[in-house]
Amino acid sequence: MMLQPTLSHYLVVSSCLFVLGLFILVTRRHAVRLLMGIELILNAANINLVAFNHYTATGLDGHVFAIFVMILAACEAAVALAIILAIYQQYANIDIDRMNSMRE
Amino acid sequence: MDEWLSSLVFWTLAAVIVGSALITAFARTLVYAGFALLFTFLGVMGLYLYLAADFLGIAQLVIYVGGILVLLLFGVMFTQGGGLMKQPGRGAIQIPSAVMAVGMAFVVLLHVVLYTPWPVMAVERAAEPTTRTIGTLLLTKYLLPFEVASVLLLMALVGAVVLARREAKEQK
Repeated sequence: MMLQPTLSHYLVVSSCLFVLGLFILVTRRHAVRLLMGIELILNAANINLVAFNHYTATGLDGHVFAIFVMILAACEAAVALAIILAIYQQYANIDIDRMNSMRE
Repeated sequence: MDEWLSSLVFWTLAAVIVGSALITAFARTLVYAGFALLFTFLGVMGLYLYLAADFLGIAQLVIYVGGILVLLLFGVMFTQGGGLMKQPGRGAIQIPSAVMAVGMAFVVLLHVVLYTPWPVMAVERAAEPTTRTIGTLLLTKYLLPFEVASVLLLMALVGAVVLARREAKEQK
């Protein structure tokens, strides 16, 4: 049956997520919105890992990889938001096109 | 009938994921984008459960929805005060060229996805609990990355506190 999901369907969904995340990264200037784009991309990668693990592998190694991706995403979100808050206190502004100096 | 129902679940999840990701990309205000992201994460959690990844589904709920999304919304709220939120802002790159570049990337991805002969197993995997196997893998085969990840989490914790508090001290 054509409608029954197969591996390719999952890969297409994750491609859509990845492309939308990429679009956010390319077009947006608000730093928090960029973080959202990065989260979309990481979620796309995780869907790929889990789908490949389900359809082509025998163990659960893909799940472990997905867990590590989630750990990295959590670290990245925490540190990036701390940096964003520090920049906001410095410039009163989080337009990444205007963050062009490393010091006062 | 059963197959029909399960494909209906899949297509609903896919529609929720892609639709809310579209809203995240195109919403004018960040708060809308954040709440759309909530539905993307929930949809991805549904996909994990659909793929018989029960532990990952719950981890997705706890880490992404409970942790990262709340952090992001805090970021949105904290940085909204300065009166500089008139526009979410477009980048220096114009929208048409961005759409073109990203669209080409999408076409390439679709081509790879649809025309590669993936080595799919003939037998459908039985849905069984994954926690025991994941725990065993984490403490045997992936022990070193597991420990490195714990150190990394500690570093991120301390680093985030240091970064976020430094300016506050100087202002006092």
